[in-house]
Amino acid sequence: MEAQHAAGSWTEALWRRCYETVVRARTYDEMAHVLQRSGKVAFHVSGIGQETAQAAAACALNTETDLFFPYYRDYAFMIALGMSVDELMLSLFLKAADPNSGGRQMVGHFGCKRLRVFTGSSPVATQIPHAVGAAYAARLRGEEAVAFVSFGEGSSNQGDFHEGCNFAGVHQLPVIFFCQNNRYAISVPERWQVAGRIVDRAHGYGFTGVRVDGNDAFAVYDAVRTARDRARAGEGPTLIEAMVYRIQPHSTADNDLLYRTREEIEQHRARDGCSAMRAYGIEAGMWSMAQEDALRAQCAHALKQAIEYAERAPYADASTLCDHIVAEGGQR
Amino acid sequence: MTNMTMIEAIRDAMRCELERDPTVMVFGEDVGHVGGVFRATEGLQKQFGATRVFDTPLAESGIGGLAVGLGVQGFRPVAEIQFIGFIFETMDQICSQAARMRYRSGGRYSAPIVFRTPFGGGVKAPELHGDSLEGLMVQTPGMKVVIPSNPYDAKGLLISAIRDDDPVFYMEHLKLYRSFRAEVPDEPYTVPIGVAGVVREGSDVTLITYGAMVHTAVQAADELQRTRGASVEVIDLRTVMPLDIETLVTSVKKTHRAIVVQEAQRTAGVAAEVIAQVTEEAILHLEAPIMRITAPDTVMAFGQIEEEWLPSVARIVAGLVHVLDF
Ligand SMILES: Cc1ncc(C[n+]2csc(CCOP(=O)(O)OP(=O)(O)O)c2C)c(N)n1
Ligand SMILES: [Mg+2]
Repeated sequence: MEAQHAAGSWTEALWRRCYETVVRARTYDEMAHVLQRSGKVAFHVSGIGQETAQAAAACALNTETDLFFPYYRDYAFMIALGMSVDELMLSLFLKAADPNSGGRQMVGHFGCKRLRVFTGSSPVATQIPHAVGAAYAARLRGEEAVAFVSFGEGSSNQGDFHEGCNFAGVHQLPVIFFCQNNRYAISVPERWQVAGRIVDRAHGYGFTGVRVDGNDAFAVYDAVRTARDRARAGEGPTLIEAMVYRIQPHSTADNDLLYRTREEIEQHRARDGCSAMRAYGIEAGMWSMAQEDALRAQCAHALKQAIEYAERAPYADASTLCDHIVAEGGQR
Repeated sequence: MTNMTMIEAIRDAMRCELERDPTVMVFGEDVGHVGGVFRATEGLQKQFGATRVFDTPLAESGIGGLAVGLGVQGFRPVAEIQFIGFIFETMDQICSQAARMRYRSGGRYSAPIVFRTPFGGGVKAPELHGDSLEGLMVQTPGMKVVIPSNPYDAKGLLISAIRDDDPVFYMEHLKLYRSFRAEVPDEPYTVPIGVAGVVREGSDVTLITYGAMVHTAVQAADELQRTRGASVEVIDLRTVMPLDIETLVTSVKKTHRAIVVQEAQRTAGVAAEVIAQVTEEAILHLEAPIMRITAPDTVMAFGQIEEEWLPSVARIVAGLVHVLDF
C-alpha cells in the first residue's frame, strides 16, 4: 500500500512546527559538521536528508503519551519532541550536563526521561525489542501509549528487528516500526543488505507495511498518523519504510566517495524534503522569504549561544566513574 | 622485510593465507569493497575476488553462523566483527556453536574460524567500541584467544590462527593499529599460539601483561630502572588462552616477585587467572603477593576520563614498588 498525499489536512500551525523543526535540525547538523572539522568536537553523525521524515513522524505522534525509541540520526525527531539545541550541543561536546547520557555514550545516542525517550546504545536494532516490551507494558497498564521506534535499513537485518516484529505481531501490540531507508549501511548499499523490500517483511509478521517517500512530509505524517490510529484501535503494529537518502558520509570518520559518486549524492540533494516543504509553504501563502531569513537568523543565534554554553560546561568528573553501575545502597 | 604498522601486518597475514590456501575466506561488515572501517582488509577483495572477500549484511549472528557453516564444510573463514562490543550480537554462534563444535560432534566436525575484532582503550573509543572483553572468551572452552602487541607478532599469530584447526578469537588493539612501525618479513611465517614472549629480561620483578599495555609496561620498567636501578622482566602473554604458564613460572622462580597488568576490569579476568596459576606452581618461590593493576569494575570509561580508568605508567610503577618493598 502506498500512502496518499494528504497536504489538505494540514493546518498552518502543523506545517510551521514541522518545517521549523527541519530547519533547526539542518542548521544544527551543519554546525556540528563545522565544529568537527575545526577540531572542537571529536565526532559527528549526520541526519541530513532524513529530517523531513523524522519531523513529520514526530508531529503525527502524541508527545504526552507515546513512548520513543529513536536512533542516532534522529536529531529532527528529538527537536520536535522538545530537546533543545543547548542539550544537543552538550551531547556533542560530551559534557556532564548532557541529558542523554552525561557524555558517557557517543553523540546521537539519545535518552531523555523528561521527553519519554528511552535510552538507546551503540549496537544497532537493540532498541527495537525494547519498544515492543514498552508497548506491552503500556497495554498491561491500560495506558494510551503507542511505542515508536526508528532504525536504519541495514539494522533491519539484525535478529532483534525480526524478533521484535514477531512478538509485536503475535500480540498485536501498539508499536510503529519506522525504518529510515537511507540506502546505505556505512559503505554497503541496500542492494547487498536485503534482496526484497523491507516493507514487505511486515506481512510475514502478520501486520501492515507501508512504504513512503521520506522527503514528503505529508505522506510520512499520514502514514504515521494512520499507524497510530490503528495501534490505538487495538489493530496492532505497523512497519513504515521511509525512503530517504543519507546526504552526508556515514559519520565524520567516513570517506563516502570510496563507494558512491558525487553525482548520485547531488541527484538526491535535489530532492531534499526541506526545500520541497519550504516551496509548498511559500506557494500556500504560509511562509515568506522574510520569515525564512528570520528563522535562519534565530537558529544561528541559538547555535552560537549553545556552543558557548557547551564549551564552558564541565566534563563529567572522574569521581563519577563508579556512579550508576548499580543502585545506590544496593550491593556490589 | 617491510616496515609495517600493525594493521598492515594484519592485512599482510590475510593476504598471505588467501594466496596460499583456497579455503580461506574473509568477510564481515564493510570489509569487502572499502576494506573495513579501519581498512584492515583494504585491497583484498580486488586481489582475491568478491566470492572469497565480501561484505555481509549488518547482522553479526548471521556472520558468526555463516562462519560455522563454512567451517564445518572445510573452509577457513576469517570473520570480522566491526567492533568488540558487537560480539554480543553473535555470542551464541561464537561461544556456544563455533567453540563447541568439535566437542559436540565427538571430533567429527570442527569450526576453524578466526574471529577478528578491534578493541581497546586509549583512543577515546566509547563504550562497546573500546571494551576489553577477552575475559568472556577465556571462559569459553574450545576457544583460543590471541592479542598481539606489535606488527611482527600480529602477522605471525594471525597466520597461526588461520591455520589452527579450532576457532581463534583474535583481538586487535585500536591504539596499536597505526601507532608505530616495525620490520615484518614479507613471506608467511608463524608465531605459535600459546607461547608468551619475554620482551625484556630482568632479575628483580616480573611484569606480565599483553596488548597495548606491553608498551605502557616497558615505560614503567624504564622508569623503575632509572629511579631505583631495579631490573624488571617484562613478559608479553601474546595468547591469553591457553596461557604459557611455563614461561611465567620460569620467570617468577628467577625474580620471586610479579605484577600483572590488564586493561580489562579487575574481577575474574586474565590477571586473576595468571595469579592463580603462578601461585599454584610457584608459591614457595614468591617473596610478595602478586599484584594486579587493572581497570576498576565499571563499564568502560567514557573518553574524557579514560586516562584515569586505564592502568597508567604511574600506577604500574607504584605496583612494582609495592611488590619490591613488600
Ligand atoms: C550490532 C552493531 N553492529 C555494527 C555496528 C556498527 N555500525 C554502526 S552504524 C552501522 C550502519 C547502520 O546502517 P543502517 O542501519 O542502514 O543505518 P544508517 O547508519 O544508514 O542510518 C554499523 C554497521 C553497530 N553499531 N552495531
Ligand atoms: Mg542506512
